[in-house]
Amino acid sequence: MSTVTTPDTAPAPAPTQSSSQRSSTSRFTEAAANYIDERTSISGVVKEFGRKIFPDHWSFMLGEVALYSFVVILLTGTFLTFFFQASMAEVVYNGSYVPLKGVEMSTAMSSTLNISFDVRGGLLIRQIHHWAALTFIAAIGIHMLRIYFTGAFRKPRELNWVIGFILFILALAEGFTGYSLPDDLLSGNGLRIIDGLIKGLPVVGTWISFLLFGGEFPGTDIVGRLYSLHILLLPAILAVMLALHLVFVVVHKHTQWSGPGQTKDNVVGSPILPMFAAKAGGFFFIVFGVIALMGTFFTINPIWNYGPYDPSPVSAGTQPDWYIGFADGALRLIPPGLEFELWNRTWSFNIIIPVLILTGLIVAVLVYPFIEAWITGDKREHHLLDRPRNAPTRTAIGVAGVLFYAALWGAASSDLIATHFQLSIEGVIHVNQALLVLGPIIGYLVTKRVCLALQKKDREIALHGFESGRIVRLPGGEYIEVHQPVDEYERWKLVDYNDYQPLMIRPNAQGKITAVQRFRAGMSRWFFEDRIAPVSPKEIERGGHH
Amino acid sequence: MAHDDLSGKDITAVSSAGVSHETAAPGTAVIPSETFENPGFPPHRPRVTDTDPKAEKKAERQVYTFFYLSIVGSIFAIASYMAFPIEDGDTGALRLHTMMLGIGIVLALFGLGFGAVHWSKSLMANHEGIDLRHPVRGSDETRARAVEIFKQANEESGFGRRTLVRNTLLGALVAFPLPAVVLFRGWGPQNENPVELLEHTMWKKGARLTLDPSGLPIKASDVTLGSAFHVIPEGLNESEHRLEEKAKAAVLLMRLDPAKLKESPERRGWSYDGIVAYSKICTHVGCPVALYEQQTHHLLCPCHQSTFDVTEECKVIFGPAKRALPQLPIAVDGEGYLIAQSDFHEPVGPSFWERSSS
Repeated sequence: MSTVTTPDTAPAPAPTQSSSQRSSTSRFTEAAANYIDERTSISGVVKEFGRKIFPDHWSFMLGEVALYSFVVILLTGTFLTFFFQASMAEVVYNGSYVPLKGVEMSTAMSSTLNISFDVRGGLLIRQIHHWAALTFIAAIGIHMLRIYFTGAFRKPRELNWVIGFILFILALAEGFTGYSLPDDLLSGNGLRIIDGLIKGLPVVGTWISFLLFGGEFPGTDIVGRLYSLHILLLPAILAVMLALHLVFVVVHKHTQWSGPGQTKDNVVGSPILPMFAAKAGGFFFIVFGVIALMGTFFTINPIWNYGPYDPSPVSAGTQPDWYIGFADGALRLIPPGLEFELWNRTWSFNIIIPVLILTGLIVAVLVYPFIEAWITGDKREHHLLDRPRNAPTRTAIGVAGVLFYAALWGAASSDLIATHFQLSIEGVIHVNQALLVLGPIIGYLVTKRVCLALQKKDREIALHGFESGRIVRLPGGEYIEVHQPVDEYERWKLVDYNDYQPLMIRPNAQGKITAVQRFRAGMSRWFFEDRIAPVSPKEIERGGHH
Repeated sequence: MAHDDLSGKDITAVSSAGVSHETAAPGTAVIPSETFENPGFPPHRPRVTDTDPKAEKKAERQVYTFFYLSIVGSIFAIASYMAFPIEDGDTGALRLHTMMLGIGIVLALFGLGFGAVHWSKSLMANHEGIDLRHPVRGSDETRARAVEIFKQANEESGFGRRTLVRNTLLGALVAFPLPAVVLFRGWGPQNENPVELLEHTMWKKGARLTLDPSGLPIKASDVTLGSAFHVIPEGLNESEHRLEEKAKAAVLLMRLDPAKLKESPERRGWSYDGIVAYSKICTHVGCPVALYEQQTHHLLCPCHQSTFDVTEECKVIFGPAKRALPQLPIAVDGEGYLIAQSDFHEPVGPSFWERSSS
């Protein structure tokens, strides 16, 4: 078997040769390396991490996409800060964009127009910045789904799930604050909605809005304040969390798929130097290139078409940036009439309920790893990924969650759906409301069945091999299809997975069955009652002769 | 940090069972009595570039061609920056400038990216590397030492023993960030109360209804049947807080067939010959409600689709909003211009906690 790895200690190109005929460059490299090492002991770092192994799978690139788009955001964002002025002082626009000449607007809006029309390359950088932000959030979202559906959040990685989740929330906050900075009609409308949302919160709402906007909406403070958050506070927290996230990846080592030679006790892949560094480094430039390509050819957020913010003009068919859609959709889907006056105070349940639902969704995502760990009671470390089908209940819950999110998200475009497909807005909203409730339930049931069916199919293949398409007539006249047995490598992928059974309720030391225990057993039944056990060697033996 | 020095050994040295001393509880996991043996790595398949020197040479050529292209892209971007300037107000020039600059940059990035990835995938050695995993928890000795250190620190400081010292320290630590909370009061103007501000708008008795945004007064006779006007109070454009006032005072003016208007007794006299004025600020979260359907007399909010029926005093007929749009009582002055009879009789815009109709 040619599985020999290159030795860690392998000295660079054959030592005897290099010492006998040293070129001046290698002498310089040596001197420089020595100089640095004597002042930083960096050789220890190289020894430790230079040949660290990273496993290889396309789905492991999703987090990389997020990381690299964040770098692009930092680079382009820094450029933009050199020109953007976060002030709401009124000016009369006098730049090169003719249709808006002479229009009163805030300095923020006018400087954003200047970036777009008067700074060379400004529009390109602005568009790359916006596209990179969208890529960043999308990549985090898909990365989270990958982590979820493969069970990569299990011990010891629960805390890193929480950190990653915080990164996701920070990314949303960065997106929203950034979107609001140009002070154009759309972003102003977005802030108006936030203002209304905050005002609807009981007890503290009115004052929070008053303080946030520095007086009455819209005031002259909000853009400057969001700017401080957008370029200072949030990125600082984000960078720290990101560093922590990556430190944990190093501490835990990357997960990998189960496979021939790949066990829970090893990591199989390519070493950082040179393979992974070259591949990942190259991939950074590809991600940057794709984002730059979008920034070059696809206009995004053309604020010059929207004009400056004004509380009065209406703009039908406006959409928030897609990542805020689910929150906007929640506001649209709430059934009518949920606002009451009680004890001389206004209770805006048409706002409180959506806020609670969104909070509930977010908290559910945050704590899921801990819930599953509690149900299984499994305290072992897990470094091998689950194929989604091999954790049917988890996968089904995930699909239900995705559909719930999708229904909220789709609702944020209810008006566009209605106008494009010539439907009544009431109909679209009602269908979306039904989807919000039924979609997750149906999605859950279907997914769970599909997973179990796929597991059964895997069993079939492991036991009897796959259908070869070759029909043979036996001497007795019977026709059979010849099944081709899978080789041991293929079979290993089908049989190596975790299997759980429902928790048996047993009395504790006092001879009692506690309510908590009962509840846990119920949850465990829900998770593991329907299960397909992996094929065992005995079954194969028997299976061969039937 | 755990360091793995396994590389260099064969995988067979690392049987799947031996390394981590699994002591943690498996919970409800099923531990099968007998399992398959991990078959180990499948035979290594050499790439074309490993076996065919010609293919290797070709790959090498491709890689450096990519890097050359990248350099070309960077130079192209610099040249485009100078060759295709933005000319004043010419959007075509802007588009060309953005595109050419962008193409150069994209080429530079893609050249680097594809070159490096191609190099790594086709030319760099691709045998599997293996690291060993170790349990994340520290070794028992390390943990014992950590506990010992904490114990010693506790003894040396008396943290656990001197309880009053400890508790007052914790108290002080809890108290010290509180001034920061107070400081946030300064985010809003000091001697103002948001509740009072929200209850009034710029409208007052005799204020003329003027067109948004020009500020020209509106004659009742100009408001033809079926028309709708976007309205602001006179003097708003000169107001010190133009946008703040407009965010409360924006009004929509419509003329309907008076027979279609269903007016409650206390609001008789708030309209003028079928002309009605309603707040344009949605009672849900404050978007401007200004999609007017002339035939059905419905007002639709573009943000969350709350729908209001103008014939029924703008009560909500669909969507998340609950309250009707507040009505502005209007009349006509001596010169035939539309004027307000008073301010709104209730706060306009989104609901807020302290709001009450009584």
